[in-house]
Amino acid sequence: MSILLSEQKQNGKKTIADVTGPKAARLLEMGLLPGTTVEVIRSAPLGFPIEIKVRGYLLTLRKEEAECIEIE
Amino acid sequence: MSDILKNQPLTIALVGNPNTGKSTLFNALTGLKQKVGNYPGVTVERKTGSVEIDGTRHKIIDLPGTYSLNHKKVDERIAYQTLIGEYEYEETPDLAVLVLDSTNLDRNMYLATQVMDLEIPMIVLLNMSDLAEERGIEVDTNTIQKRLGVPVLPIVAKDKGDIQNVRQAIADHDLEAPKPLSWKPQQPLAEAITLITDEWLHPHTDLPDRAHPIEALRLISNNQVSDDFKNHPRREVAEEIIAKAQSQLEDAGENPTAVEVMARYKFIEQCTSNGNGNHRQEESETLSDKIDAVVTHKFLGPVILVAILLLMFQAIFSWAEPFMNLIDLFFVQAGNTVAETLPPGILNDLLVEGIIAGLGGVVIFLPQIMFLFFFISILEGTGYMARAAFVMDGFMTRIGLHGRSVVPLMSGFACAVPGIMAARTIESWSDRLITIMVLPFMACSARLPVYALMISAFVPNENAFGFISMQGLTFFGLYIFGIVMAILAAWVMKMFFTDGESTPFMMELPSYKMPKWSAVFYNMFERGWIFVKEAGKIIMAISIVLWFLASYPKVEVPDSITNSTTTTEASFNAQESASSYKLKHSYAGQIGQFIEPVIKPLGFDWKIGIGLITSFAAREVMVGTLNTIYSVGESGGNTTTLKQKLINDKDPDTGEAVFSTLSAISLMVFFALAMQCMSTLAIVRRETNSWKWPAIMFIYMTALAYICSLVVYQGGQALGW
Ligand SMILES: Nc1nc2c(ncn2[C@@H]2O[C@H](COP(=O)(O)OP(=O)(O)O)[C@@H](O)[C@H]2O)c(=O)[nH]1
Ligand SMILES: [Mg+2]
Repeated sequence: MSILLSEQKQNGKKTIADVTGPKAARLLEMGLLPGTTVEVIRSAPLGFPIEIKVRGYLLTLRKEEAECIEIE
Repeated sequence: MSDILKNQPLTIALVGNPNTGKSTLFNALTGLKQKVGNYPGVTVERKTGSVEIDGTRHKIIDLPGTYSLNHKKVDERIAYQTLIGEYEYEETPDLAVLVLDSTNLDRNMYLATQVMDLEIPMIVLLNMSDLAEERGIEVDTNTIQKRLGVPVLPIVAKDKGDIQNVRQAIADHDLEAPKPLSWKPQQPLAEAITLITDEWLHPHTDLPDRAHPIEALRLISNNQVSDDFKNHPRREVAEEIIAKAQSQLEDAGENPTAVEVMARYKFIEQCTSNGNGNHRQEESETLSDKIDAVVTHKFLGPVILVAILLLMFQAIFSWAEPFMNLIDLFFVQAGNTVAETLPPGILNDLLVEGIIAGLGGVVIFLPQIMFLFFFISILEGTGYMARAAFVMDGFMTRIGLHGRSVVPLMSGFACAVPGIMAARTIESWSDRLITIMVLPFMACSARLPVYALMISAFVPNENAFGFISMQGLTFFGLYIFGIVMAILAAWVMKMFFTDGESTPFMMELPSYKMPKWSAVFYNMFERGWIFVKEAGKIIMAISIVLWFLASYPKVEVPDSITNSTTTTEASFNAQESASSYKLKHSYAGQIGQFIEPVIKPLGFDWKIGIGLITSFAAREVMVGTLNTIYSVGESGGNTTTLKQKLINDKDPDTGEAVFSTLSAISLMVFFALAMQCMSTLAIVRRETNSWKWPAIMFIYMTALAYICSLVVYQGGQALGW
């Protein structure tokens, strides 16, 4: 069963199941591939953007982008 | 380098992701031999310079930072087109120097593998190797070099010895290009590339051959292909071929959007000798993480940001003031000296009141611009700026802006000019444009003298509810009014200009670093110089026009004004009356009177009309103009007497007071909204690289000002105020 990265509430490590939707191409290029581990670190004051760690660097995603990522 | 090519001057392009140290390297290589400008027609800054190696002078281009060559944004497109030699405003590079961040190699190598496909000779620099070492990240330079087949060099861009190695590597380069597709796409993808190249790119486009693989891959992965070919005559052919390639891939069980990226990352992971791309997630908390836990904290984060913004605001607002006063004094003195040494006449007037005063009007901005960029360079250099954007983005997107809009908007309270220059830190073009377009609504310091005069004259000095000063409340209200209008305008504009393809936010948070002080100071002076050079000309030209309008035609002052009495007191007054008389009969005076019917419904008479014309130089000029019109003596030329004259001014025909509290409020509303600042327009022209946006800004802001003042004045009268 997979859920969207934008919907999960807990911080911590997750594995990406799939990347789809309008922003998929750019997310993939940034190294967010199916099978890659991402760590959700925190969310900004109003809930979004969220800050994640992937391949050793920190990236922030708005809601529309986090919605393109399915996690296992 | 082979003997034939030795000593051949090369064009070298620096390529890399944002924040990898390209500019640091560029500065280290070129020293002060650099030029900065804009690429024509777009708002991307172009930096070029030159470096001498072994007696040969090579040209270096600091290309815009980019994560990939799949050009969705203008700066990516410029980097891509330059590398394939198809960008008409840039020379084709002979050598690409890839600057990669060693602490983040996977993602940085992605771009490197793309550039390798372009068959351009290249050198790969693994920068920030000091940070990688500090964090225990192992980088196997030999493996990477073997796999990529190009020279690979670990460096620290701040280190002199390493820079020498880079120069040596450039000198030693054999200028052989790497083989394309060395990341070995699998059978189905390779076939799709061939299909598109043979059936579309080769016969139907004039792209150079070396751009074919990248272009084919871009088309395969693109799920909105039709956008690219909207106006292409063979559009159907292209779409058909691309669809065919995509469905072949799907039949082979591949996802056309992902297949290329996954293959590249697989290759990269072999270079960085790790299986799944995850080995580098350090378990221990770094110092950077600890700082982040505080500054991006849900509650503390915004508090810290506000404190920093207040400090910056304080700096540009009040620390800049003594410098501005000095500049003012200097130009007044210079003007006086020239006025006294040259024989009186047109040339004298033009020099003193036109050129020297205009020059002073340009230089006066430098303290604020330089203070602001001093802070911005530090915030960017340390990595804090991205955190500030992260913290604010939730709030700012709700009003149609971007997390990075906060600093420019805040600077706008001091002065719109540095604020608009600061908007360049916003990457997305539509967000940057909206920020620029609404920024002049922030109540800048040039409005203060006008507000102060009108409030002290026409808002009763009483307390509401016994303790809130009405005058203070009006002041505060005007600030809030500006902010609210900016928010509304941003919200409306958001509906009109979206990028179309909506560039993603996806912002990298670079690790914290100590700023490089030389870079901070360099940036500060560079921004100041750009302002003087590019906005300065426009400001000078308009100043001279305004001076001309306010000083010509020269009229004979009637005897009744010049020679009425001989007592010193009276002749002093008469002197002032003469200049008032001259202004009223100048072109500016005539225009002021001419537009009176238009501004009458706002509660303004022709005297305000003249002020609206002259204050286009800068809003605070309004006060000086009113001083002249009302013949307020220089010695008593403080606002108290002007204030009295404004209050006592009666319409000669009806005997009614010219100003009321209502017309004063109407005037302040007009000042809050109207685009009455040539310097702002000049810098918008520079930053947007076209006259279109300053023109739109002028029209929409002034129209809005007119409508709001009209509503206030007419509404107020209807209510019997
Ligand atoms: N520790 C360290 N910092 C570096 C190095 N190279 C650049 N920096 C810093 O990284 C930041 C970004 O550098 P910059 O040249 O502006 O990157 P650009 O965006 O690629 O032009 C600046 O604060 C530099 O001082 C390096 O080799 N080591
Ligand atoms: Mg740079």
